[in-house]
Amino acid sequence: MKLSVFAPLVVMIAIGAGLGVGLTNDPRALPSALVDKPLPDFNLPPVRAEDRGFKHDDVKDEVALINIFASWCISCRIEHPTLMRLADEKRIPIYGVDWRDKREDGAAWLAAFGDPFELVGEDQSSKLAIELGVTGAPETYVIDRTGRIRYKQIGPITEDVWRQVIEPLILSLEDEAAS
Amino acid sequence: MKSSPLIALIIVLSTLASLNAGAVLPDEVLANPVLEARARAISKELRCVVCQNQSIDDSSAPLARDMRILVRERLVAGDTDGQVKAYLVERYGNFVLLRPPVQADTLVLWLGPALFLLTAFGEFAIYLRKSKTHPAIISQPPLSDEEEALLERIKRDAA
Repeated sequence: MKLSVFAPLVVMIAIGAGLGVGLTNDPRALPSALVDKPLPDFNLPPVRAEDRGFKHDDVKDEVALINIFASWCISCRIEHPTLMRLADEKRIPIYGVDWRDKREDGAAWLAAFGDPFELVGEDQSSKLAIELGVTGAPETYVIDRTGRIRYKQIGPITEDVWRQVIEPLILSLEDEAAS
Repeated sequence: MKSSPLIALIIVLSTLASLNAGAVLPDEVLANPVLEARARAISKELRCVVCQNQSIDDSSAPLARDMRILVRERLVAGDTDGQVKAYLVERYGNFVLLRPPVQADTLVLWLGPALFLLTAFGEFAIYLRKSKTHPAIISQPPLSDEEEALLERIKRDAA
């Protein structure tokens, strides 16, 4: 029997293996098209009662996080303790964007679970969300000192994500700025 | 049940007709029918990034609605169809297009099926040519002496 009769079998196994590897990819882990691009311009109305909202020029000359959250977002409650800890330790300024939410609901949510944000703006019609390429909540953008987006975290910042991904990145960005 | 194929056809056709409705809500529709038609056509080509395998025209996700409204706002502002799509590609990457553009890293995707088909036809042509020059591949091998003898005996017995 000639070995070439096995060729179709080998080809099928190769295709199967390729597709099998594809199955292990996370379809939600989309590459961000905005990494290394400047933060787009925006000016959001306030969520908290005695507040002025959140606009582009508020993030200036600092390494900061911009967190997309909402009162309807269940995973946001998972990352909330981590954000609260970072705020308590004054580790890094965190700004909030209350996405597709009623202002009262957003304010009530912050009152109930704690408020880690320097400033909070509301984005009811996804204006800023689409500018940033948001695909869901929570999402967190890491901004460097020159005002560029350097990383987009899709999904909650758990303690693990903070330790393994965000904190090392922030340390390197702070070094980058110092040198 | 003689009429069941007909009933099935009616069900399929009515389902197809309702597919065209999309998820566009009345308050999103533009007054200008030409712009609205362009908006619908563009929306069908844009992926809803929440539900991923639906277009924003099909999806009832809140973000898809906001994207449909954005598409219409940009058309009203005078953007071409290409500019509207480019605006979203800049923010979401090529992923937002349901029909990926032909470029270096998508060539395999676009040409792969054609290559498979050509290879299959090529192999088949080679097989046909071989079977013509080597009849042994399709025709039976000649009978052995033993079989010839057996055949002769059967013929004789029958006569």
